[in-house]
Amino acid sequence: MSEKTIAQINDDLLRPVLRTSARFWIAVLVLGAVVAAAAGAVSYQMWNGIGVWGINRPVFWAFDITNFVFWIGISHAGTLISAILRLANAPWRRPVTRCAEVITVFALMIGGMFPIIHLGRPWLFFWMVPYPSERGIWPQFRSPLAWDFFAINTYLTGSLIFLFYPIIPDFALVRDKVTGWRKKLYTVLSLGWRGTPRQWHRLESAMHIMAIVIIPVAVSVHTIVSWDFAMAPVPMWHSTIFGPYFVAGAIFSGIAGLIIAMAFLRKVLRLEEYLQPAHFDSLGKLLLMMCLVWVYFVFAERLTVWYGNESAEMAVFWTTQRGPFAPLFWTMVICNFVIPFPLLAIKRFRTTITGVVIASWTVVIGMWLERFLIIVPSLSHKYLPYTYGSYRPTWVEITILVGANAAMGLLYILFSKFVPIISIWELKVGAHKPVVVHKQVSVVRTLPAVADDGLRTTDT
Amino acid sequence: MQALYALYSDPDSAQQAVDALRSSNGSASVDNDLRDHIAVISSEPFDGYDFFHRDHKTIMPWIAAAGGLVGGVCGFLFAAYTQAVYPIPTSGMPIVPLYADGVITYELTMLGAVLATLFTLLLTARLPNWKRKLYDPEISDGKILVGVIDPPDSARAVIADALRGAGAGQVKEFSL
Repeated sequence: MSEKTIAQINDDLLRPVLRTSARFWIAVLVLGAVVAAAAGAVSYQMWNGIGVWGINRPVFWAFDITNFVFWIGISHAGTLISAILRLANAPWRRPVTRCAEVITVFALMIGGMFPIIHLGRPWLFFWMVPYPSERGIWPQFRSPLAWDFFAINTYLTGSLIFLFYPIIPDFALVRDKVTGWRKKLYTVLSLGWRGTPRQWHRLESAMHIMAIVIIPVAVSVHTIVSWDFAMAPVPMWHSTIFGPYFVAGAIFSGIAGLIIAMAFLRKVLRLEEYLQPAHFDSLGKLLLMMCLVWVYFVFAERLTVWYGNESAEMAVFWTTQRGPFAPLFWTMVICNFVIPFPLLAIKRFRTTITGVVIASWTVVIGMWLERFLIIVPSLSHKYLPYTYGSYRPTWVEITILVGANAAMGLLYILFSKFVPIISIWELKVGAHKPVVVHKQVSVVRTLPAVADDGLRTTDT
Repeated sequence: MQALYALYSDPDSAQQAVDALRSSNGSASVDNDLRDHIAVISSEPFDGYDFFHRDHKTIMPWIAAAGGLVGGVCGFLFAAYTQAVYPIPTSGMPIVPLYADGVITYELTMLGAVLATLFTLLLTARLPNWKRKLYDPEISDGKILVGVIDPPDSARAVIADALRGAGAGQVKEFSL
């Protein structure tokens, strides 16, 4: 890849933007049909009321909230990973960062939709928005649901801006390569970018600041999502461990989602030369680490509950260990640890893209089950046994779940049609020779080599 | 606006061109200081090069911090004022609960920093700006533009020589 010229890099990475393949249309049609089916299911629910869902007393939170937590978790893939890799100046990040940042934006959009769908009467969602009204209805700022509103919107705004910054120079590049209406469009989108040193310095400063700011925002968002549960006196919810537990799970599922998205793009857009096995190997190592962190949190949570032996909590505990939810619980353990751990720990498997992608798929499935198992067993076993209930999803909820996944794929593929999915200018920076300069002296010294890990040694 | 410029394939040649333009200040035919008129445009940052070093100082981090402070203060006042005007007693909590409002304050602090950074970037990088300015589409193919904006007539030949001397095949003119 390093032997490619700038013109070849431009050609390869602009190809998906400039040319539309049959694969693209097939993918759009298939994914679009599934999304349309999900939109039909939402419309059906709006027309007939929330009775078409499987929720009933005492389980009032189920698929929609599971999907909400799951997608907010997936959103951690992008901005957080990208920001950490940027701050660490990891050289292998360059083809990965934009793929990751895009996931955040779309996952937040999809995740943020679920509480609105869950309202049952989504047209009243604006009641969550703080604005002066003659009804005197104001948001309850003590409620974690109101915190969600602020946290998710801050994260979405920050992630959109964080995604947009490095796209500006690439919009300028596309502007120079297209004609007609597309030239006008990209001229507007590139904001008149030319690439003067002043513009580059400001852009890099802004990206650096954003990378610092967005990390605590990302952590706070999933912590606040966890507080939706932890602030409630519900068995196995009211726990101080929930914040970090949710954040760890979010990063775990986020990395898995990123790996799947990269493998998808690699195939559909023919980016094999840019998204190489080494990138999957590096992300696989991160996934392995998070796999172990996840096991630690699950064990810590379960051990504390079991040791405390409080009757209401033990009812939930046993229903997941050996009761009606046990098949889902043990499937989750298999998906989140038993399968991915050996695939990621053994180098022979991790260095193959197939191995890492299989591990990622199981993690995504396992993490969705984890979110479901946090919510439904606790609600179905609240304190007094006479209130115990259960939950079974209907076709409406299942269709919406499948449609949300298809929406992610559809948005992703549409995005890659309008924006180079790999940051071209950042890739070029990685390709050209590194140099050092002594201030106030116009002598440029070229370094002999850059180590594989990107660290430079200078001899002044 | 007028400009004389040339395109270079590599940053070393671009650096040579900039050095040559700077040193041409001493020649008899150049009576204006060219240094403030030298323009460099590239499709990627060249952090290690001297020609790229100009305009690197910024107070953007301080503005981001100030934006965060403003956001945080606004966030707290927004929540606290609302609670004071529309008091909702909730499970023994104070009407203005600091812990709960801390979450809103924190999020709006971060939002303030994010927005302040964005506005500072746009303002200091002079974006958006769709007016026609010195540019060449070949920059997108990796070429580095080095030129002089509004060169004095007496210095045009010296500038062209300096640009050619650094390896430019052709010296181009740009005018509005």
